[in-house]
Amino acid sequence: MNRPSLKSNALRSVRPAAPQVMALILVLCADWLVSHQFFNIRLQSGRLFGSVIDVFYHGAPVALLAIGMSLVIATGGIDLSVGAIMAISGAFAAVLINSNVPLWETIALALALGGLCGLWNGFLVAIIRIQPIVATLILLVAGRGIAQLITGGQIVTFDDVHLIGVASSSLLAIPLPIVIAALVLLITIALVRWTALGLLIEATGANALSSRYAGVETRVVTVSVYVWSGLCAGMAGIIAAADIRGADANNVGLWTELDAILAVVLGGASLLGGRFGLVRSVIGALIIQAMNTGILLSGFQPEFNLIVKAVVVLVVLLLQSPAMLRGIRSMRRRVAS
Amino acid sequence: MIGGIRARHLPLILTVLIFCIGYGACVVQYPAFASFRVIGNLLTDNSFLGILAVGMTFVIISGGIDLSVGAVVAFSGVFLALVIQNLHMPPLLAFVCVLMISAAFGAVMGAIIHYFSIPPFIVTLAGMFFARGLSSVLTTDSIPITAPLYTWLNDISIHLPHHGRLSLIGIVMLLVFVVGIIIAHLTRFGRSVYAVGGNRQSAELMGINLARTTILIYTLSSLCAGVAGIVFSLYTSAGYSLAAVGVELDTIAAVVIGGTLLSGGYGFVAGTLIGVLIQGLIQTYITFDGTLSSWWTKIMIGGLLFGFILLQRVLLALTSRRRVRTGH
Repeated sequence: MNRPSLKSNALRSVRPAAPQVMALILVLCADWLVSHQFFNIRLQSGRLFGSVIDVFYHGAPVALLAIGMSLVIATGGIDLSVGAIMAISGAFAAVLINSNVPLWETIALALALGGLCGLWNGFLVAIIRIQPIVATLILLVAGRGIAQLITGGQIVTFDDVHLIGVASSSLLAIPLPIVIAALVLLITIALVRWTALGLLIEATGANALSSRYAGVETRVVTVSVYVWSGLCAGMAGIIAAADIRGADANNVGLWTELDAILAVVLGGASLLGGRFGLVRSVIGALIIQAMNTGILLSGFQPEFNLIVKAVVVLVVLLLQSPAMLRGIRSMRRRVAS
Repeated sequence: MIGGIRARHLPLILTVLIFCIGYGACVVQYPAFASFRVIGNLLTDNSFLGILAVGMTFVIISGGIDLSVGAVVAFSGVFLALVIQNLHMPPLLAFVCVLMISAAFGAVMGAIIHYFSIPPFIVTLAGMFFARGLSSVLTTDSIPITAPLYTWLNDISIHLPHHGRLSLIGIVMLLVFVVGIIIAHLTRFGRSVYAVGGNRQSAELMGINLARTTILIYTLSSLCAGVAGIVFSLYTSAGYSLAAVGVELDTIAAVVIGGTLLSGGYGFVAGTLIGVLIQGLIQTYITFDGTLSSWWTKIMIGGLLFGFILLQRVLLALTSRRRVRTGH
């Protein structure tokens, strides 16, 4: 298939996220048109409130998933299990905190379990060489069952103020989930852009075989990105559990894997691997959340949500598709000559 | 040569073997399992899943995936409920409409996949959002269908010994499987599907019309989803926009457990039937047992999925090594 060369990858990654930022601004403006209070922000008991803050707040879990998913997709893989991992980590955190495990240990253990799920996925993909979509399908099917096993089939609620605080408290007036997502984004950018890791990930995705011949430890790279994706999903699961003050194994993170994949695709990444943009993926997640919020504010039935999402995704994809790009190029050539 | 055929059929043989062993184990523990009533119910309760899985088998053999089937089932149900209950359309006419709409829906997805070269995963995902969204926009209520034809169709059944009955929808599923097997192994379209899944480029060089084949594959899958939607609406006698959530994954799991390779080019429609029955068997066993919780179904199906994928990997590795050794 026609994969972009490494040189154009490098160019792509430094190119600003202009189309995604413009799309986000457009969606936010549309939100403002349906509700003129959209950009009103108020400070209440040391925390910012307002519709636009809500977009960031509710978008944080999917943004976290999208960060991990970007790396996975960059290696030419896909992670269908992130929603299930959210459910598993959330369930584990709820059960731990209810058996009086201290907060930090609870969070560390729940995150570790998420990472372990990622390790399992990475093991299947990199060592046993199962196609990523199939490998992660296993945990997608079994994962919610495992989460229910952890909670004993019940919705486990908790009233530990510290764990609830993961979602409800704030740092410098900014809700904590937003801070966490921003931190994870910065750490990931630092890891992949300030070291050679990003290059290795893109090389693995562009052509795993030739990268291996060139001395890239593609297996280690692949396993690490799935572990990172699992850790991100674990964090998202803890936030989601803290937000509803309980763990609902059946419904937490349901369909979020698809939202995360969409966010990455909206961010302009190729599902074939080899190029990715972390900031653009996060903006993709915010676009999705801004659309959801906008439809809620507009007073339309929330049911329209899915149709709007389907149409937006299809339009964006058609515009990015090779056939359309070819068409535009040939049109330009005709105009020039 | 004989070894090659054995390796080729091994996943199918193993699927059948695992079903037989599983069924045997169930019978040993609960002798009632051996009754025609359980067998009849197994076929009836899994009929819509089976019909979906026939279409999905073709998609997966071609190297694609269809995430929209569950949503099409829900849409068909809601559409049928609305036009039959509220607009008083004759049910048979409504059935024809549903089949035409779903086939057209699949054709559009296939065309987008082919002409814009967008991965099937994303196109059918958008299709899923669209169909699910459309059915919830139509109505979010669960609408019961009270047409006399429904009661009449639901009463049709072949009586089996010992109070067993094979219902109409069970028969429809078996018929769809027969048609699927014929299409897969005896038609030119079937051969094209295998060829496209095996190697797209050589298929094209062989003169296979890729556009036509791709569009037909997704049309067939959506058409199956339409039939499954009708069957599901007969089964539940209602239409509900949140029906069949997540069924696409059960369907994919059934196809994989049935021995079809998700990388395309290899698989049997008959194996899919066994894959569906294995899932049904686990469900029935859990119901019989009564102490096992429902989440064990998911974990067991996940475990089985893992087992089969692992097995396919091993077989693939063995056969490719043999090919290297013999210089093929």
